[in-house]
Amino acid sequence: MKLLKEMANRDRVFEFLVPQQSPVDVRHGPILYLEDVSVSFDGFQAINKLNLTIDDGELRCIIGPNGAGKTTMMDIITGKTRPDAGSVWFGSRHNLLEKSEPEIASLGIGRKFQKPTVFEALTVFQNLELARATNKSLLPTLLEQMNGDIRAQIEEVLELIGLKELHRQEAGILSHGQKQWLEIGMLLMQRPRLLLVDEPVAGMTEQEMERTAELLTGLAGKQSVVVVEHDMGFVRSIARQVTVLHQGSVLAEGSMDEVSNNPKVIEVYLGEEA
Amino acid sequence: MWLTQPLYERSTRIFLGVLLLAMILVTLLHLAVPADHPLYVSAYTVNLFGKYLSYALLAVAVDLVWGYLGILSLGHGAFFALGGYVMGMYLMRQIGDRGVYGHPELPDFMVFLNWDALPWYWLGSDSFLFTALMVMLVPGVLAFAFGYLAFRSRVTGVYLSIMTQALTFALMLAFYRNEMGFGGSDGMTNFRDILGFDLRTDETRLALFLISGVALAVGYVICRALVNSKLGRVCIASRDAEARTRFLGYRVERVQLSVFVVSAMLAGVAGALYVPQVGIINPSEFAPLFSIEIVLWVALGGRATLYGAVIGALLVNYAKTYFTGVMPDAWLFALGGLFVLVTVFLPKGIAGLLKQRKQAKEKEEEVPA
Amino acid sequence: MKPLLACLLLFLTWLPSLSIAEEDVRAGALLEALDVRSFADKGEAISELAISEDPRTRYWLNALLDGSLQRTHEGRFVVVLNNRGRSWPVEDALTQEDLGEISRRELNRISINNSLRNQIRSLIAVADLYSEDLSLRRASAERLVGEVDEALAEFLAEHIEQETDRRVQQRLSLALAIYQLEQGELDAVAELHGSLNTDARIALSRAAAQEENPLLAQEAQAALSAIEQRLKMNRTAETLYFGLSMGSVLVLAAIGLAITFGVMGVINMAHGELIMLGAYTTWAMQQLLPGQPGLALLLSIPAGFMVSGLVGIAMERGVIQFLKGRPLETLLATFGISLMLQQLVRTVISPQNRTVVTPEWMSGSLVVNDALSLTLNRLYIMAFALLVFMALIYILRRTRLGLEVRAVTQNRAMARSMGIKATRVDMMTFGLGSGVAGLAGVALSQLTNVGPNLGQAYIIDSFMVVVFGGVGNLWGTLVAGMSLGIINQVIEPWAGAVVAKILVLVFIILFIQKRPRGLFPQKGRAAGD
Repeated sequence: MKLLKEMANRDRVFEFLVPQQSPVDVRHGPILYLEDVSVSFDGFQAINKLNLTIDDGELRCIIGPNGAGKTTMMDIITGKTRPDAGSVWFGSRHNLLEKSEPEIASLGIGRKFQKPTVFEALTVFQNLELARATNKSLLPTLLEQMNGDIRAQIEEVLELIGLKELHRQEAGILSHGQKQWLEIGMLLMQRPRLLLVDEPVAGMTEQEMERTAELLTGLAGKQSVVVVEHDMGFVRSIARQVTVLHQGSVLAEGSMDEVSNNPKVIEVYLGEEA
Repeated sequence: MWLTQPLYERSTRIFLGVLLLAMILVTLLHLAVPADHPLYVSAYTVNLFGKYLSYALLAVAVDLVWGYLGILSLGHGAFFALGGYVMGMYLMRQIGDRGVYGHPELPDFMVFLNWDALPWYWLGSDSFLFTALMVMLVPGVLAFAFGYLAFRSRVTGVYLSIMTQALTFALMLAFYRNEMGFGGSDGMTNFRDILGFDLRTDETRLALFLISGVALAVGYVICRALVNSKLGRVCIASRDAEARTRFLGYRVERVQLSVFVVSAMLAGVAGALYVPQVGIINPSEFAPLFSIEIVLWVALGGRATLYGAVIGALLVNYAKTYFTGVMPDAWLFALGGLFVLVTVFLPKGIAGLLKQRKQAKEKEEEVPA
Repeated sequence: MKPLLACLLLFLTWLPSLSIAEEDVRAGALLEALDVRSFADKGEAISELAISEDPRTRYWLNALLDGSLQRTHEGRFVVVLNNRGRSWPVEDALTQEDLGEISRRELNRISINNSLRNQIRSLIAVADLYSEDLSLRRASAERLVGEVDEALAEFLAEHIEQETDRRVQQRLSLALAIYQLEQGELDAVAELHGSLNTDARIALSRAAAQEENPLLAQEAQAALSAIEQRLKMNRTAETLYFGLSMGSVLVLAAIGLAITFGVMGVINMAHGELIMLGAYTTWAMQQLLPGQPGLALLLSIPAGFMVSGLVGIAMERGVIQFLKGRPLETLLATFGISLMLQQLVRTVISPQNRTVVTPEWMSGSLVVNDALSLTLNRLYIMAFALLVFMALIYILRRTRLGLEVRAVTQNRAMARSMGIKATRVDMMTFGLGSGVAGLAGVALSQLTNVGPNLGQAYIIDSFMVVVFGGVGNLWGTLVAGMSLGIINQVIEPWAGAVVAKILVLVFIILFIQKRPRGLFPQKGRAAGD
């Protein structure tokens, strides 16, 4: 019994049980690498020979009109959708196409959905608890006990996302913006190497947006962040490198200024003017 | 230890207390009250209560998967029946040569079919320990095989419900066949002893009632510990947002599979307790109707509460006993109506009503302050 | 004794007319000869009777065959018209004059044995060969196959030439050839080559087994294996026919579900009971129109559709619409409704099964050859199932309702904002699916007993078909239903009906693990969520 108890508190004691958090080999280049990825649904080519490289520690914004394939791209990276062709590598060691969603998640890729998805029947605190980076296989999950250390980690994030007051509330009663924040908080608890953030500021006030921008830029460097966003103002405020997707492939890449002056991009966004 | 953790929780203590009190009360009213007294509880009634308690355990098992995992199993009757059949095999062997044909080893129906030896899967059925093990293993293995295939390919929701229904339906058809070696449509009955105690005596009936109560208590605490653990929260998470749970790194299909297997084992135990008390097991326990009825018990009591499942099982079965005695034709109307009323007007069941009232009270108390 | 009786008979029958009386004397003697103890003598008397050209021959032979030719204690030959009770109404065997009732103790039957019975049958058949009525001639030729003896063979050899109908001719040649084969004639083998007739096959296998004539045995063996080949093909065709027939029943039962479940996403566990209501509508229609089962059946088609459709709409309005987006709760609620509908039928009509009459034009079968005949009712149901299927495809693809249904399915909010009344569309769709269940019930009433449990028998099968075919795909339902029907019929001969059913269920359970979205899955982003 004692052994079991200790295993439950295993964070430091049993090193072999700690999921290998950073086996991601980035010595030879980018952290995420998509090559010639294509996928189609019922004849509709959602992603067409997409090539994308994200460097370690980079903050990348991806923009593009509706139907450009942004969400599908995220689905492919996280293992939800299997592409018809192409390859996806996480570091130089992990072929993501061979892995399931939980495997990809435990490799260190976190995702925030376009529509905020939190566990509405659980409290804010419990949402964060479930997200916390730890061994997520069956037995440790069953036996894990709450302790001061875990509590401290969760409270730290609660502070950061400003939901400390609400931590006993069920997540279902949160406002749209609060849910967005909770989901970002869950991402932080996961301590991923790579964050995929789909429309993080939809439904947020100006002030909340600013804080989100601050948070995301703060993360960059330690972690790699890919942000998909429609709000150009927000993109401008955080972006160093911007990729424009159109009809399932990369239309342009560069700094915000380069991209917004690119005639092809203008044509796509503004119509036939060019 | 995590298993004992629920014992420090108020709701579990209340539940266990009420259960214990009821068990003591029934025992006292049966033993200490003279038979002509209006409060006397007859052996028949004790037996009936024992049956209800095994149903209650079954309902708890269903609530575990439906309430917390969101898997609506329309085939839990199959696990219940399998546990019952395993127990039935043991009881059959206990009859020994006192059967109609007086064969020392073969049950009557096998003699009737001109079989000359027990089929291999009857081996060990004369040992109680082996039977006790199989009561959990057989439903567990079936649940594992079925769940492994289903959850791995992410068959969920309505599809899974229909598949579980097909599973129990297929088993029912199979058990109706004489060739299966389980007594065909008549099933197994005319049991005599369990562990040397005569099943038809009042003392054995009382003991079985008490054992059912203890089994319910233990099963309840196991399930409560499970849902109170972090794994329980992962269950709820996967129930409400399965994809999101995967993206957090949890292997949802393993969680589903293990809880499903635990639930099937509990159902098997319930079946094994049920059979010696009713004295018969036959393929009708596999009928899809029975499995759906179990779900109704849970729905009426209130899902994802565990104690709601117990309340529901007791209420519906009491009503069933009452109605089928007084006006048998009305029972199916009542049952059908209950399905509709509960789903439309009482989605959270009786437990939901209780919670609502409690919250309303709390609010009232807050207002003057 | 006997001459005396004959005189008496003469005396009795002499009265009406002399010329008839003369004939009746002969006839009376013929009948008289039948009343002997020895069966051999009786056989001769029967042959005598058959070749007498008396027009009443057939009447007497038939009476002799069914034991109604009897003799009173006075020695009079009578035909018993009805042998219930103590006194039987009889008529005179010669004059066919009504003689009222006679106590059964006053009567003695002219008894026959089995070989005489066969003889009489062939004789009647021969007599019928002269009939003007073609169907009578065909039937008699059919009966003669395998029953030919030497005398008959001679007769047939001549008679075949006179026969004008080709089918009668073929049958007679077959009958003759079988006889000739039995006599060891080699030419007969060629005649029997490829015949699927059971008697021909028996004769051939006998010829193949005998050892006196090795050449004949060899030829017969060759002919037999050719027949085996043809039989196999016919059996395959038969399995296919039964499979398709069962499949079309499955499709009929499932197609309504494919609409409510596939298009609307509503799990209707009461679907089976809607089928049952359709079947009861047919029964009720036949009660309303006694003596006209065909008309009643035809009227039941719209009536069954209306009854089940209206009940379906009532369910949708009364319960299902409140459970939108909660499929599992819908499942439970509709299950409750199914219990109530069952009990309603039990209470209001009866817990017992009701029989629905099959109209004449639907009974009988289409004979393809000796080994293959297709029952008409199944053929009609197949056609009906296809018709219903086509109609549904048309409604969903080509009509305004179909367009609106698809719009609401794909994007409810958008459809509503374009002015489509989504609730009305829901109601109509559910009504349509339920109505089709009613149609299935009308068809099923022609195959099975109509009882309160009829629906339960089909609900799981229907779900299997829809899930197997791929939800939301009517063509998938068609293919799935047909293939499940055929698979079932293929397994059934060697595994038995119950095991076949279990195997099919297990097969689907495993199949769904491999392809959770069925044979023809809906693709695309929307399908994933």
